[in-house]
Amino acid sequence: MRLYATAVYLFLYLPIGIIALFSLSAGRSATQLQGISIKWYGRALNNPFVMEALWTSVKVAFVSAVLASVVGTMAALALTGMKGRLRAGFDLMVHVAVMIPGIVIGIATLIALVSVFDIVNPWLEAASGYRLSMGFGSLVAAHGLFTMSLVVLIVRGRMEALDRALIEASNDLGAGSLATFRQVTLPLIAPAILAGFLLSFTFSFDDFIIAFFVAGSETTLPIYVFSSIRRGVTPEINAIGTMVMVASLGLLIVAQLMLRRGDARRQ
Amino acid sequence: MTGHIGNRPGDETVAEFVETTKRFGPVLAADRLSFRIRRGEFLSFLGPSGCGKTTALRMLAGFEAPTEGQILIDGQEMGATPAYRRPVNMVFQQYALFPHMTVAQNIGYGLRQRRPRMAKAEIAAKVENALAMVRLTEFGNRRIWEMSGGQQQRVALARAIVNEPKILLLDEPMAALDAKLRAEMQRELLDLQRSLGITFVLVTHDQEEALSMSDRICIMGKGRIAQIGTPLELYDQPANRYVADFVGRANILSGQIVSREGGMARIALPGGRDVVVRAPAGDTRKDVEIAVRPEALGLASASDQIPDGHTVLPAEVTRRTFLGDHIEYLLRSADLGPLQVLVPRQAERAMRGHDVGARLHVIWAPGAGLMLGAED
Ligand SMILES: Nc1ncnc2c1ncn2[C@@H]1O[C@H](COP(=O)(O)OP(=O)(O)OP(=O)(O)O)[C@@H](O)[C@H]1O
Ligand SMILES: [Mg+2]
Repeated sequence: MRLYATAVYLFLYLPIGIIALFSLSAGRSATQLQGISIKWYGRALNNPFVMEALWTSVKVAFVSAVLASVVGTMAALALTGMKGRLRAGFDLMVHVAVMIPGIVIGIATLIALVSVFDIVNPWLEAASGYRLSMGFGSLVAAHGLFTMSLVVLIVRGRMEALDRALIEASNDLGAGSLATFRQVTLPLIAPAILAGFLLSFTFSFDDFIIAFFVAGSETTLPIYVFSSIRRGVTPEINAIGTMVMVASLGLLIVAQLMLRRGDARRQ
Repeated sequence: MTGHIGNRPGDETVAEFVETTKRFGPVLAADRLSFRIRRGEFLSFLGPSGCGKTTALRMLAGFEAPTEGQILIDGQEMGATPAYRRPVNMVFQQYALFPHMTVAQNIGYGLRQRRPRMAKAEIAAKVENALAMVRLTEFGNRRIWEMSGGQQQRVALARAIVNEPKILLLDEPMAALDAKLRAEMQRELLDLQRSLGITFVLVTHDQEEALSMSDRICIMGKGRIAQIGTPLELYDQPANRYVADFVGRANILSGQIVSREGGMARIALPGGRDVVVRAPAGDTRKDVEIAVRPEALGLASASDQIPDGHTVLPAEVTRRTFLGDHIEYLLRSADLGPLQVLVPRQAERAMRGHDVGARLHVIWAPGAGLMLGAED
């Protein structure tokens, strides 16, 4: 049993470990360790194409995560006040949205956006000379739409754990619903919203599949890595991969801590 | 178990329920409640679990809208007034203190909602004053989770009274405290109520708590008011069997009216003996129930002289319990079934033979019992 578990973990983490290890290679081969150096990290960070892709990824991740957090939180609040069949329907849709494979979302979003553009563009062009096309906007929309369901799930979980008596106490002490939201509800669910934001950011930052379909002329970091691999894998790619992984893990850990802290506060 | 006797509040009405009914689907939680709350009084809702005490309180606070009927505060219909505009404040059962605020921030919360805004310095002064009132002066900067249960309860109390509400609502505020702390809080609460002169409405299912603290008690059962009155009235003149049973202990017997005279009625008990009991006027029934408190009955040896007019009920001792200054007897009468009698220790000394199995006489003085009204 222990042997089996060890094998599973090796199988899971060995490739990642190897990438991290080989990113430290001094030589040109991505599959052999030839001395130790961090020169490929320097190379990656000085590569203007890498930096531009990184900047695009960060922008898309940030904007889509903000969008997902705001809209997702509002949806979660609305769901909390909802009952019965309508509620069950929305719950189901949120769960399904999280489980749909990225490739389906990618294709579906692509088709949906292209059809909308086809209808809107002639009219828009006549009015303003401007055309809608795939790019930053479609990336943000696709990522934001998907990660919104994550935010809904996290924030709704926290809302449900929130003591209703706190809301009533606030009302009782003279605060209307808006004042209560600002002074009681929001501070108490803020850790969950922040955790949702960080998860959304990480998801968008790491995503290749959906981005591949809707990126248009934009190049995000995962897309850049994918296209460089076609020209041959270098330790530079390993270095980029390692940095992305460390950053993502860091964000996930922070998100987890936020959720824990929120839990501790409630006790 | 005597009622609080002190500066009785006046007759001025601060709030009123008018035929107020609340339904939750098929459940009738409050059934045509009609009563007045007097300014400055300490009123308790007492009743078993699920009888609608919390519902009545929550309707007054504005958390539940009556299905039918009205609620008036200071003469104003509260129908559409939301909780945050009502001049009442509530102490919640689990306190519901805001975990992300300090003790002082919690207490100042209500004052910070005032429009036009209250000056910061004024809020601080009032918070300080409220902290002193509940003896937590040193604790203003503490976090809620750093406070013990009893301290949290006092914070909840301070957070409500700092707003100087017309009525303070308390929903079983002592339920989560241990017995010793509860007794202490009850005393503090009463002192606070007397010194502030605020009207208190307390929900409880602890009979002694209600009897010892309240000016008046509203006994509830199944969503209805069974009786409302001072603790003494409820104890001495229970309106019906439910109240007689619920407040204190009582022997409840059925019998038939033989004759009436003034405020008294002669009742024939099963087995052919008559007793004279107090009887409300205007009741025309023949078959009635009567209640008599265990301490209103006397006990004597079979050979003892019985004063004129008293009724003698022979019975056999089935249990004898020593209660300190009183002895509690459980007896069985062949005609009436079980009877409880509470005898002062002094009186027992004069008796011969009072062990289990002894045949004694239960003595019923005229007017010791009360004829009960019909339950509606
Ligand atoms: N929000 C609600 N939805 C449905 N039914 C309710 C609701 N609140 C109360 N009830 C029902 O109304 C009745 C009265 O409830 P209430 O809470 O007023 O009782 P209570 O006297 O305070 O009891 P307890 O001593 O257990 O607190 C109960 O049968 C209860 O189940
Ligand atoms: Mg209750």
